[in-house]
Amino acid sequence: MSDDVRNDGYDDWLDALEGDQAFYLECTAGHGSLPPRRVCPECGSGELSETPLPTAGELDTFTVTHVPTPAFADDAPYVTGIVDFGPVRVTGRVLELDPDEIEPGLTVEATVIETDTTGERLVGFRPR
Amino acid sequence: MSEVRVAGVGLTSFGASPNRTGRDLFAEAADSAFEDADVSRTDVEIVRYGNFMGELAEHQGHQGPLMAEAAGVSAPATRYESACASSATAIRDAVVSIRNGESDVCLVGGAERMTHLGTAGATEALAIAADDLWEVRAGVTFPGAYGLMATAYFDQFGGGREDLAHVAVKNHVHALENEKAQYQREISVEDVLEAPAVSEPLGLYDSCPISDGAAALVLVSDEYAETHDLAAPVAITGSGQGGDRMALHDREHLARSPAADDAAAEAYEDADITADDVAAAEVHDCFTIAEVLAIESLGIVDRGEGIAAARDGYTTVDGPVPVNLSGGLKAKGHPVGATGASQLVELTHLLEGHHPHSDAIDGDTVVAHNAGGTVASCVVHVLEVVA
Ligand SMILES: [Zn+2]
Repeated sequence: MSDDVRNDGYDDWLDALEGDQAFYLECTAGHGSLPPRRVCPECGSGELSETPLPTAGELDTFTVTHVPTPAFADDAPYVTGIVDFGPVRVTGRVLELDPDEIEPGLTVEATVIETDTTGERLVGFRPR
Repeated sequence: MSEVRVAGVGLTSFGASPNRTGRDLFAEAADSAFEDADVSRTDVEIVRYGNFMGELAEHQGHQGPLMAEAAGVSAPATRYESACASSATAIRDAVVSIRNGESDVCLVGGAERMTHLGTAGATEALAIAADDLWEVRAGVTFPGAYGLMATAYFDQFGGGREDLAHVAVKNHVHALENEKAQYQREISVEDVLEAPAVSEPLGLYDSCPISDGAAALVLVSDEYAETHDLAAPVAITGSGQGGDRMALHDREHLARSPAADDAAAEAYEDADITADDVAAAEVHDCFTIAEVLAIESLGIVDRGEGIAAARDGYTTVDGPVPVNLSGGLKAKGHPVGATGASQLVELTHLLEGHHPHSDAIDGDTVVAHNAGGTVASCVVHVLEVVA
């Protein structure tokens, strides 16, 4: 897919995170999800509202990738983590720490970074 | 309802054959299956075929008719894509078709051509089984996703890399006499621990290889088997499929596979068995941690105990429930679209008594577990000797 084609919903979400307006989609039953969505993936509710994403999240798990896809050739090795923000979990790059310093339970906040290889945007997590 | 019999099975060697086309690989597997089955190609009513990365690897979509033609069969053919679970998914639909009386003879199987892509190309192709927006763009690779699951498992249940190493060591031992296997050599725990890291905590020897290969089976109704006087003592008596959210981060559990739990429960109920009846299993060990999660989902061990099963000898060839007597994906190889079908080929040999490890199993009920992605898709089949 051409780099200048946006993915509506996804890129809007990254824009919001860059503007300190990070959100998640919340259905009337309180389920959280990430865009683009027309209905809640848990219960099918079509009533979704943009609710502010909690600033702090907890690292649930991580991996240190040494063998990347070509789009991350110049980024490896890098740390990928899954962070629990409560209503939603998000996957992204764990920043600033050596792998030895990282363990599940670490408190982080989300930001937007660019890959070294292609300059594409992705989610980053900084310790807080 | 018709019972589904395995009339014949066929397998290519798994490994590196970069210059062989997917169609040639499947033609070889199908030819072996027809020879084994003693069933006429003209009797085949449907072809159900699994393949994952044909568009990327061979610039080839619409593989159903292509593969039917390669197999010398003139019948409606559909290609199934469900990541690494593609061919078990294809087989499941053939099982349903025979049971419903819609068909009596089905050619099923799958193929994948991968090694010519190289490590970077195959890594890129395999990654598309994950959510492109929320995982691949964040740098998640296929080993990376299982690295995330392994870290979560250690955090929740304990265990470590050395326990996982025993899974790889076991599966290499099991493959020593498997002439179709990609690796017929022993490795040590130290070899696994000292191998280069791929996605920590997983290293090169925690990971299945990149492979070319194909598998095929001729499935028939019991009426057809009887009418044609076929020796087909093995039946597919249970089939189940489970699903889950696409992205790993959207799963309730990062160190469990609910889709596999559901697939196993459905297949066991279908076959009217329990986990205690399982004498052996072929499970989807794309990474060592995946075998741990699989045997917990299949009920072969309790939750949290899968990590110790290989180390303690519970799942080794001498143990009470041997797992991956073929060598599994780890040592036999993982040509993605062929893997689920190849598990049923191995289990059929095991039950019919001409597998190198046929004497190792105590019982005549075995199961196959084939998983897609980080187990957002899973198909489980039960095979039994019925006559
Ligand atoms: Zn909901």
